[in-house]
Amino acid sequence: MALLKMKFSQQRRVRLAQGLWLLSWLAVTCGAFIFCLGVYIKIELLRRDEVMENTEIHVVPNLLMMVGLASIGANWVASRVCQDSLDPSRFPRWNVILLVWFAVATLLCCLLLAVVVLSYALQGRLEESLKVGLRNGIRFYKDTDVPGRCFQKETIDRLQMEFRCCGNNNFKDWFEVQWVSNRYLDFTSQEVKDRIRSNVDGRYLLDGVPFSCCNPVSPRPCLQYQLTDSRAHYNYEYQSEELNLYSRGCRQALTDYYMGLMNSTGPGVLSVILIQVSVILSMRYLQTAVEGAMALEAPEGESEGYILEKGVKETYADIREKVNNLLKFGQVDPASEDAGAEEGEKAAEAMEKAATPPPAS
Amino acid sequence: MAVLKVKFTKTRRDKLAQILWILNWISVVTGVILFSLGLFLKVELKKREELMAEKDIQYVPNMLIAVGLIACVINFLGGKICYDCVDTTNFLRWKLIMLPYIVCTFFFTLCVLVGALMCYSMHWELEEALNLGLTQAMRFYKDTDMPGRCFLKHTVDMLQIQFQCCGNSGYKDWFQIQWISNRYLDMSKKEVVDRLRSNVEGKFLMDGVPFSCCNINSPRPCIQQQITNNSAHFNYEHQTEDQNLWMKGCREALLEYYTHLLQSIGLTVLITWLFELSVLTGVRYLQTSLENMLRQGDPNSESDGWLLENSLMETARTNLSIIKSLGKGNQIDTADNGDPNIDVPSTSKAHYGPDNVPPKQKTETN
Repeated sequence: MALLKMKFSQQRRVRLAQGLWLLSWLAVTCGAFIFCLGVYIKIELLRRDEVMENTEIHVVPNLLMMVGLASIGANWVASRVCQDSLDPSRFPRWNVILLVWFAVATLLCCLLLAVVVLSYALQGRLEESLKVGLRNGIRFYKDTDVPGRCFQKETIDRLQMEFRCCGNNNFKDWFEVQWVSNRYLDFTSQEVKDRIRSNVDGRYLLDGVPFSCCNPVSPRPCLQYQLTDSRAHYNYEYQSEELNLYSRGCRQALTDYYMGLMNSTGPGVLSVILIQVSVILSMRYLQTAVEGAMALEAPEGESEGYILEKGVKETYADIREKVNNLLKFGQVDPASEDAGAEEGEKAAEAMEKAATPPPAS
Repeated sequence: MAVLKVKFTKTRRDKLAQILWILNWISVVTGVILFSLGLFLKVELKKREELMAEKDIQYVPNMLIAVGLIACVINFLGGKICYDCVDTTNFLRWKLIMLPYIVCTFFFTLCVLVGALMCYSMHWELEEALNLGLTQAMRFYKDTDMPGRCFLKHTVDMLQIQFQCCGNSGYKDWFQIQWISNRYLDMSKKEVVDRLRSNVEGKFLMDGVPFSCCNINSPRPCIQQQITNNSAHFNYEHQTEDQNLWMKGCREALLEYYTHLLQSIGLTVLITWLFELSVLTGVRYLQTSLENMLRQGDPNSESDGWLLENSLMETARTNLSIIKSLGKGNQIDTADNGDPNIDVPSTSKAHYGPDNVPPKQKTETN
């Protein structure tokens, strides 16, 4: 009982081949689109490489790029098959390639689905990576004279201004870190000495933030230092002031940005999956219809196209048997030889039993 | 003596018509490009209109937009004409329109050239507008509570951050204006009162700058206050420190940006002008060669094409006299300045005799 059988006249076969050729070129452009999407996401992730601790999230753009390239190749092959499909002399050579093609195309669809799932699933890992990366960035903010870390200050400043955020979770992260380098601290000053002594690790901590945390929307010139002291500034209330600095943390800002980027590509990837699936199904129909037509005496006549020759269960049983046979064919199994010998003996016995008349009747 | 005469066989005429058809369609595309460049310039100028004083600089993008649209229309028409010129019968349809079309296109190319030159001349007006505009904007930086000016602080801050500049000519411009609103000044403090009194106009001036002037590339946390006081900060020398704040003035930064933009646009318009000129020349040759072919009567014959039938001087003279006679057609008479009350001697053929003849007296007696 064939699965989803459809009748195809010669004209319908021709139309199917033409339609599939167009569809496969559309799928080629979709593959190129997927590749470019992967490149774009990768570039965006690499730009903020310095505040990310690990590169686990890069699996998403890497997969996209791979799938994009493979999809371009596979769909180009599909278009070549379509061109040859109506020529009975050239079509048979594609038989083996088509088997491989179906496997590859299905694998590509599964990979694309996996990418969509991964882009949601890896959000937690991304946040972790950003948390550690930003913590390091803030810690090494002052080390503009240490090679390898000298650009941290510029990176963090640019990041905070571009994403309108301050610190890791919020601006208070800057209170726990010494972000003013010792080179610029006057150790003869009493105030500096007091501050350093008041701290267990001997760090110069202050309730101030760098200028890049300042919010330009604030109606008042930016207050950066002595933030917790409401009396240090006129008409200033530390608890109720919310426009002076950026209130969002950079980890949240970056996570939102990247999740937004990957979610907005979701519908595009899903529609590419749909197109690829329709290419696979149409190719299967074309293959079976053309093979059916070639087997007929009148090649111009009607033939049948189907997805599977038998029902799903039967096809599965068939495939399992075939795989078992393949495996058995390769085996040099003494057990099976013995079994064969045993079987042979049993057969001989049975024959003897049949030959010898039953005892005692 | 024709100007730049060229012989055209039938095949050459046809080829010329076909090539001109394609070139006209390419010109339509360049017209669209001109239009979008004008639109882009208009948008860019509008984006920063808060920082520019009320000078009339919008005429440049408006001119480009108009020229772009007219280019599309003219070249579309030109494409149709050239398409029909391959066939002699179709050419007769356009014969009367072609000369006016060529004259119009010639004046249009002049407009394109003027548009290109305007792009380069806008520089000085723009500098004036920016100078005044930035001074105003910095003066109203503190007025975040006044409707109509409350966004100037945000605008100036974003400008200084984005263009990496500080103040009008340099960061010292901020020392001369009060950029902290009185709302945030504690008038009971002695220091504040001293500063206000030390100034003739009672302004709170300080040697400090807003945070948006801070240079990201500085290795040291930004020094915004007491910039000129070396002893206020450790290991700091005001004269030699050039990485702490942005050194460039915002007027210079914006001018650089717009000049670069205008130069690119001007170059594109010049290239478009040259292209239009070549298309015009081709159409002129096509028109003259087709007309000469018609004059000779044989569609397959060779004909001459030229730019001008006579030399430049003679053509100018004939055109001027045509224009003069056109003008004369509406005139009454220049001798008596056109006053209808003055007696004008009749020039008609009918002669009714001399004027001063007394009426005949009746000598008959009854």
